[in-house]
Amino acid sequence: MTRPVYLVDGARTPFLKARGGPGPFTPVDLAVQCGRPLLMRQPMPRDAFDLVILGCVNVIQDEMNPARVAALRLGMGDEQVAFTVQINCGSGMQSIDTAFRYIRDGSHEMILAGGTEALSHAPLVYNREATEWFGGMAQAKGAMDKAAKLTELRPDFFSPVIGLERGLTDPITSLNMGQTAEVLAHRFGIDRETADAYAVDSHKRLAAAQADGRLDHEVLPAFDRDGVAHKTDDGVRPDNSMDQLAKLGPAFEKPYGKVTAGNSSQITDGASWVILASETAVKAHGLDPIARLVDSEWAALDPSIMGLGPVLASTPLTQRHGLAVDDIDLWEINEAFAAQVLSCLTAWQDDDFCRDVLGYDTAFGRIDRGRLNVDGGAISLGHPVGASGNRIVLHLANAMKTKGARRGIATECIGGGLGGAMLLEAV
Amino acid sequence: MTDVLEYLPKRLAPEETPKPQGVTNWRYAQGDIAQLWLDCADTGTNVISEAVLRELDTLLDQIKGDRPRALVIRSAKAGGFAAGADIDGFADLRGDKAVQMLEQGHAVLDKLAALPFTTIAVVHGNTLGGGLELALACDHRIGVEGVKVGFPEVQLGLHPGLGGTVRLTQLIDPVAAMQMMLTGSSAHDRKARKLGILDALVPERHVEAAICAAAAGKLDHYSGGLRATAMRTRAARALAATRMRSEAEKKAPNQHYPAPFALINLWEDHGGDATEMQKAEIASFAELLDSATAQNLIRVFFLRRKLKSEGKGKDGIDHVHVIGAGAMGAEIAAWSAMQGKRVTLEDVALEPLGKAVKRAVGIYDKKHLSGIDARDALDRMMPDPNGLGRARADLVIEAAPEKLEIKDKIYASLAGVMKPNAILASNTSSLKLADLVATAPDAGRFAGLHFFNPVSQMPLVEVVSHDGAEARTLDRLAAFAEGIDRLPVRVTDYPGFLVNRILGPYLMEAMVMLEEGKSKEEIDCAALAFGMPMGPVTLADQVGLDICLEVARSLRNGLDRPMADTPDWLAEMVDKGHTGRKSGRGLYDYDNGETPPDLPADDPADSIIERLILPMCDAGVECLRKGVAQDADSVDAAVIFGTGWAPFRGGPMHYAKVRRDVPRRLEALAAEHGVRFAPDKGWASFG
Repeated sequence: MTRPVYLVDGARTPFLKARGGPGPFTPVDLAVQCGRPLLMRQPMPRDAFDLVILGCVNVIQDEMNPARVAALRLGMGDEQVAFTVQINCGSGMQSIDTAFRYIRDGSHEMILAGGTEALSHAPLVYNREATEWFGGMAQAKGAMDKAAKLTELRPDFFSPVIGLERGLTDPITSLNMGQTAEVLAHRFGIDRETADAYAVDSHKRLAAAQADGRLDHEVLPAFDRDGVAHKTDDGVRPDNSMDQLAKLGPAFEKPYGKVTAGNSSQITDGASWVILASETAVKAHGLDPIARLVDSEWAALDPSIMGLGPVLASTPLTQRHGLAVDDIDLWEINEAFAAQVLSCLTAWQDDDFCRDVLGYDTAFGRIDRGRLNVDGGAISLGHPVGASGNRIVLHLANAMKTKGARRGIATECIGGGLGGAMLLEAV
Repeated sequence: MTDVLEYLPKRLAPEETPKPQGVTNWRYAQGDIAQLWLDCADTGTNVISEAVLRELDTLLDQIKGDRPRALVIRSAKAGGFAAGADIDGFADLRGDKAVQMLEQGHAVLDKLAALPFTTIAVVHGNTLGGGLELALACDHRIGVEGVKVGFPEVQLGLHPGLGGTVRLTQLIDPVAAMQMMLTGSSAHDRKARKLGILDALVPERHVEAAICAAAAGKLDHYSGGLRATAMRTRAARALAATRMRSEAEKKAPNQHYPAPFALINLWEDHGGDATEMQKAEIASFAELLDSATAQNLIRVFFLRRKLKSEGKGKDGIDHVHVIGAGAMGAEIAAWSAMQGKRVTLEDVALEPLGKAVKRAVGIYDKKHLSGIDARDALDRMMPDPNGLGRARADLVIEAAPEKLEIKDKIYASLAGVMKPNAILASNTSSLKLADLVATAPDAGRFAGLHFFNPVSQMPLVEVVSHDGAEARTLDRLAAFAEGIDRLPVRVTDYPGFLVNRILGPYLMEAMVMLEEGKSKEEIDCAALAFGMPMGPVTLADQVGLDICLEVARSLRNGLDRPMADTPDWLAEMVDKGHTGRKSGRGLYDYDNGETPPDLPADDPADSIIERLILPMCDAGVECLRKGVAQDADSVDAAVIFGTGWAPFRGGPMHYAKVRRDVPRRLEALAAEHGVRFAPDKGWASFG
């Protein structure tokens, strides 16, 4: 027996650009900031959830199992079961998918599923020798021992790498994520201008959505301890122009690369939650769902072309449900890199690719830019890796409701060579 | 179903140990390590009463005969070891009777100290005053985590009287000991261990092991160190005492607060000889107990208890929604969250909400909350720009600007949104509830809840009734105030309610004097000399000149009696934005480095003091006549806890009773300065 699963509501923090040094919130702080008002605006008691699942990639030492720490800090009760999931950039969607399957299969009625990430809090990582030296120093007893240890000190012990840089490098191919986008740009013939134009558009869309108040229900202000109220995604650059972007040099492969800081997603902090519920829970608490989760899919491919993950994960969904390109009214494809999104679109329009790789007779077709990432994406609002997958599902549901769309897909590429996708329908 | 944590046994069951025949306050179990549990009858808190000491005296004889290896003394009460001496028991003792009682008490503790086997006090929670003196008479003190030790006697105008001055100065660094006793501040667990008051600090689960270690002689004392040795000479003590006197004089002048000086003398003269010091302690304590200051401060202690008792019962309030994130709303929200309430704080703008979070961080910092406690309090306090909390709160506190239209609009928008049983309370200080109630969703569940600024420092909350308010609503609000560790006083809907009605003339008369050409320092220093915590000019700046103007206006319009006129320049200052300390400039110019005086005048003009103080007494009498407060004690309590009114004088009503000539002096002032001083007709039946 499979049961319908509803997306009842959701909320996220503004995505806050990392500006050198740790930002004002830890991963759990972020989850608490948007979780509090979300639980406050829904009628169910805060201890009514069967489970809390939170995606988070860079867990900090003080917050092991951030899902449980967040649940307790949100006042959901000592008896709240909670676990954290990690599938790199797909973590925030993994939490939704796990919740979706549990509810669909009948073991759970209502689950709070989220994603959080504070990339600005990524630790400094010291090399192995330096770490051993620090350990030895801590164990050294007495002045002589300490002095002896001190002589072993080498300057390069103090050149830590930012952990984030390591995290964004594929451990199998040793390619940086930006380099995987360079690979796709090369393979699919995406030029710099097209990528930059896509990026400019992303900023314009987000700025328009912010100005129209279309995000007001989804993005709730976060308040830090210094008294600053963070109201909106602060990485948006509405007056970004092609000229300005053209001035930027390649960020990953100097001097000839096409992927720049301007046409890549931003490094940000942020969190997002959605409430998923069965029909029983919807009735019991008098809830008013915004969408229904229909199906989900995960796919894997060579890590060096991880950016094609959305194509490989979405295709089984459309095939399983017999949906043509025009049957999907809205798409959210996470904007890791402009070149990467554009490569996905190109692949779907390529007869040979669709026939040989996806098993279609001809090309899947062209996804109209008017249906894709309608209110901007990770290029303009940032990519807190553990939160992004959650955000695109939430925003798809909200955008479908606003536009009266019937069907939508949220999908993302995942570092390490994976892709995830979810199919939603209007209620 | 039972929560698993609740279900697990606590493994501490003092009630299984019986009380010996004829003993009501102690439980005793014989054994190799004998156990003596202090468990005062018919109360949740132990105090060291005459009966407790008398019973202990008898028990010690028996225990001595039982010849255990060690004796453990601990408390059967969950809240703490003992809160102090039994103030009710000694407040009325005078002269020889006091000396006699003290000597008996000393004899019991000396007997305990002289036992031929090891004695161990296990202390947890509040271990204060007489409780600490009992523990100090033991060989060892084992503290349970969370313990708080101290000698708060100075707050009652006294110093320790059961040997505490002797034993503490001998046990630890005498300067640190004196510091504790002079300030009345307590030392929490690690601090107490570091000072050497505790020989060990352990969690409850390791108490038994620590007792065994102590009994086996494996628990070392910390000695007071070098300084303790040095202070055995009189010359060294004289030097330190001089420093202490000048410090004490700054904080609490000898003239008003004699106890710190008595304590310093005691130590300086006898710190080198325990026997002499003990005798002197008894004499000094008995003398202090006779002083008006101690009697009035003890009175304040009882007044606090009276207000607390007005907030008995359950409030049924878990979630508080505060509307308006100005200074007041933010303080109410931060304080309530710190006290465990779930709080939503609403404002139309984000900026004040952000500032409110920062303010909360500052308050938690000042109150020394641990990182985890501060985080949890901040988590409980949710800035709420969309007013989501309105529908979930059990209590909505409106702290919006003092404009009828604004409040009306807010109240109208709450109808049908608030929970059926929720209360709406206004924090207004200058509007009448009678004018607000019309738009409140439910008159029965509407009332005033008037906090004082800053909430985190001023303990008073006025619970204001009006004709349509349900008794249950007022009870719940009083219980709420008590539950968040504030002191509720029940008052009626009267211009300025109780406290501002009384405070108004103090501030207004100061403005008149400024207009007459008196200097602000002259006025403030006179008030300080009377014992006020700050002069009226400084206070007006603190409260905000705009608020003062508003309160003055509401008093002038609402009261059926002549009031002082407010000088025009005051309104002009407010118009220019010079609203007081909050704007950086008021009657004092803070931005340009001007600071209000903090030293009292040596020779203050009686005329200034009388013009400031006597109208407050008069206003109190008027409030009593009009039934604004229940009785004179409520008036005194409210004015002391709401404004810091010279506590050693016992409150304006008490002061008037003692002085006896207030109405006559008012008449004289009326003849000289105008009808605003004409005594209220309530004086006829006062006193």
